[in-house]
Parts: sequence; structure tokens; C-alpha cells
Amino acid sequence: MSFDVPADRQYLESHEWAAESDGTVRIGISDFAQDELGDVVFVELPQSGETVEADDNFGVIESIKAVSDLYAPVGGEVVAVNDRLFDEPELVNDDPYGEGWMIELEATDESESLLSADEYEAQIA
Amino acid sequence: MSLQSPPLRGVHDDRGATFTEFGGWEMPVEFDGIRTEHEAVRDDAGVFDVSHMGQIEVRGPDALPLMNRLTTNDASRLDPGHSQYAAITDEDGVMIDDTVVYRLPDRDGERVYLFVPNAGSDEAMTERWESSRESLDLDAAVENVTHEYGMIAVQGPNTPDIVTDAVDESDTVAALDRFTATDATVRGVECWIARTGYTGEDGFELIFPADDATAVWDEFVPACQPCGLGARDTLRLEAGYLLSGQDFDPDDNPRTPYEAGIGFAVALETDFVGRDALQTQNEDGVDENLVGFGLDERGIARHGYDVESIDGDVIGTVTSGTMSPTLDRAIGLAYVPVEYADPGTELSISVRGRTKRAKVEPIPFIDTV
Repeated sequence: MSFDVPADRQYLESHEWAAESDGTVRIGISDFAQDELGDVVFVELPQSGETVEADDNFGVIESIKAVSDLYAPVGGEVVAVNDRLFDEPELVNDDPYGEGWMIELEATDESESLLSADEYEAQIA
Repeated sequence: MSLQSPPLRGVHDDRGATFTEFGGWEMPVEFDGIRTEHEAVRDDAGVFDVSHMGQIEVRGPDALPLMNRLTTNDASRLDPGHSQYAAITDEDGVMIDDTVVYRLPDRDGERVYLFVPNAGSDEAMTERWESSRESLDLDAAVENVTHEYGMIAVQGPNTPDIVTDAVDESDTVAALDRFTATDATVRGVECWIARTGYTGEDGFELIFPADDATAVWDEFVPACQPCGLGARDTLRLEAGYLLSGQDFDPDDNPRTPYEAGIGFAVALETDFVGRDALQTQNEDGVDENLVGFGLDERGIARHGYDVESIDGDVIGTVTSGTMSPTLDRAIGLAYVPVEYADPGTELSISVRGRTKRAKVEPIPFIDTV
């Protein structure tokens, strides 16, 4: 089975992605991760204005079968939260790189473990 | 120890299933997603490979006294083709397993029982039956036939039509009541087919020679959605059915049938192992009960999470919990002191350190057959 790994973003080994645009960084989980989790039923995310550290746990994602911590590829102040996910968590399954994004940060630092799309693809192969 | 594979392992692999270890067996956990599979069983039809369940045959002149000594229910109530749910308890009345006991047609004028213990406990149960037979000097043959048979569960409101179409003996199978069974032929394969299951829906379970498993499975796919253990767990939990090793466990969470809410499977008039302890508990009452609960806030209360009173005292532990695909909210099971067991009682569940409001609810959570 092959998974979508867009080249326009970076990844963590723990399957989160980070994509920069217009000075902010958007964060979500990969196609591989949503497939492994199965039906996503719940996300717990920080609120706007909170600060998260790169590589730290910033939230929780639960599917019917498993609960997983979410780790931040970059750190900084949260400037937007995708609150659609609270009522439509299935967006993470349907569109993990688009409508299923989780938070946006004003990034101040980034993980030293960021992977390129090629590197991440090799990891999940 | 290497994992045991069900006879259909390759068939599931070709179908793209993901697998998990369960009771020492490598079993499919998911084919097309838990929600998809769950909804198929509630609305239409699904088929599960449950070949990891044990099968133990007991026959001979003393088969009945042996069954009645080791199971909590009364096997003398079973005519050929009938079955019953029962617990297997130790001297203290603690459940070491739960099982369905079938009475098969008599063979050579003697009674034959087939009971289905949980995955991974077939060897221990065989030893238990054999040692009891020796100590009581009973004349009965005990044979662990787990690896000789495959087993599938065909479950859902549309399964009566699907199953009667699949068997040669359509009229006989269509006439089966709940917990009755008969011999039937599927694609030339002799099966033992019972109107039983563990999903809360109407349905059937079929037991057949392991070598013929693919032919039987193929008869029900694609008419039925293939389902894995993930959906089996959400379905059985909505129906309030126990999961061995989780909702009771002789080592980690020793529980009696009365505490676990299956007192209906205890026949105190028979002399089974653990009877005296259960008689006392039945007279005195239990201190704790298994209850259902629903979470009033977003989140999922999973196995092992603390249950608290609204005053913040820890009063129990979640034994099973999930997001119910049918109800679209979080539900679970937990043992709590009897004073907290009435439906409507407010509780809290500590979900990864955050307190979430919950309420005791009647079991089952859904309408079942």
C-alpha cells in the first residue's frame, strides 16, 4: 500500500507534518498515520495563544482503536486551531494534509529531527 | 512462543487485513475500518473469523456430570442441538473463563458436548477437564479439537436470509431458535451451525473442519462484510458482553459471575466448582457490580482509567471503553461499589489526568436480540 507524502512539507518520525505559508506553520498528521489509526473520533488540541515547544506533546488524537500523542515539528505560539475537527474528526481521515490540519503556529523554533518528504517516505516504506 | 495462525490467515492477507495478536493467535483486527465493519453488522451482515476460539469435545457416559462439575450452568437442561452460556469458576467462585456449551447429537448412544473457551485458554481448560475427570473417577473422553476446526460468526439482521441461502438444509436452519444448532452443509462442507453470536445482533456461528475453511468463508464473502476483532470489540461492548482478560481476569481482576452481571448463567442447584462461594455471595449480595457508563464530555474512557465519585474519590477502574459507532458517543464498563451502580448515578472518569463527567447507564447500551 502506498501513502501520499507531499513534497511541500516536512515530517517527524512520529508522523506529524509541518507546512509553512505566509509566515505561519500549519501542523497535521500524515496519510500513513491516519491509516494506521483508523477511524479518528476525537482530537484534543491547544487553544490559540498557547505556546508549544518543538518536539513536545501538543495534543492527543484518538481513533476507535487507539489513542496517540501528537508532537510538534515546530514550536511557537498557536495562532489558529482547526476547531472543525471537534465536530468532524473524520476530516483527519478524509483529508489529512488539507481539511484535516490541526493547528497553526507563529514558529519560533523547530525540531532538529525534521525529515524531508523523501526521508519520511523511506521511513514508512 | 510463535503465534498461531487461523486457517484463513492467507485469505485475510490477500484481502488486505491488518492483524493483531490475540490470545496467542494472529488474527485480523480490521479489513475496511472499524466503523464500516461495525455498521455493516448493525444494518446488514458481517462475517468474522473466530477460529482463535477454543473447541473442546467431551463425550461418554459421564460427560454430563463432568460438564456440570466444571461449568456454572446446568448442562442437563440441554437437549441435542441446544446450547447455553456458562462461566468456569474456581473454588472461590472467581471466573477463570466464560464459554458456550453445545450439546451435539448423541454418538453411539452417548452424550457429546462441545464447549468453546476463549482464545488461548483451550489447553488450560483441557487440562482442567482431564484432571477433574481423574479426581472424580468419571468415564468421559476430553479432546482439544481447537486446531481441527475453523469457526466463523455471520452476524447482522440480514444474516437469516444469507445463511439459509448458503446451506443445503434451508428449512432446518431457518427454523433455528436462539441458542439452538444443527448440522448443515455449506458448499459440500459439513458444518455445525448455531444461532448464536457475540454482537447483539441476530446471527449464526459455524464450526467446520479447518481444511475446508476457505470454502465456507468464500460462501459468505462478499455477501457479508468481512470484519475484524476491532469491530467485534465495539459490537460486543455496545451489547454489554464481557471480554475475558479485560472485564474479568482471574489474576488481574478476579470477579465472580454475580459481580460481572451474568448471574443468569449460574445454576446453584448443581454441584460445580465454586458453587458454595457463589451461594454465599448470592445470599449476602455483592459489594461491587459491573456497570455501563456513558461519558457526558468529549473523550474516550479506556481500559485501566480510574473511575471517581463526584467527590473525587477513586471508586473503580474502567474495564472496557470505546467510542460507540452506533451511538456516536463514548461508552464503557467498570466495576463500582453497589451504592454507585444505579443507572443515572453521576461519576467521573479520569481520562489521562483530566476529569470527565459520566453517568451510569443500563446494560446493554443498545437493543439486542
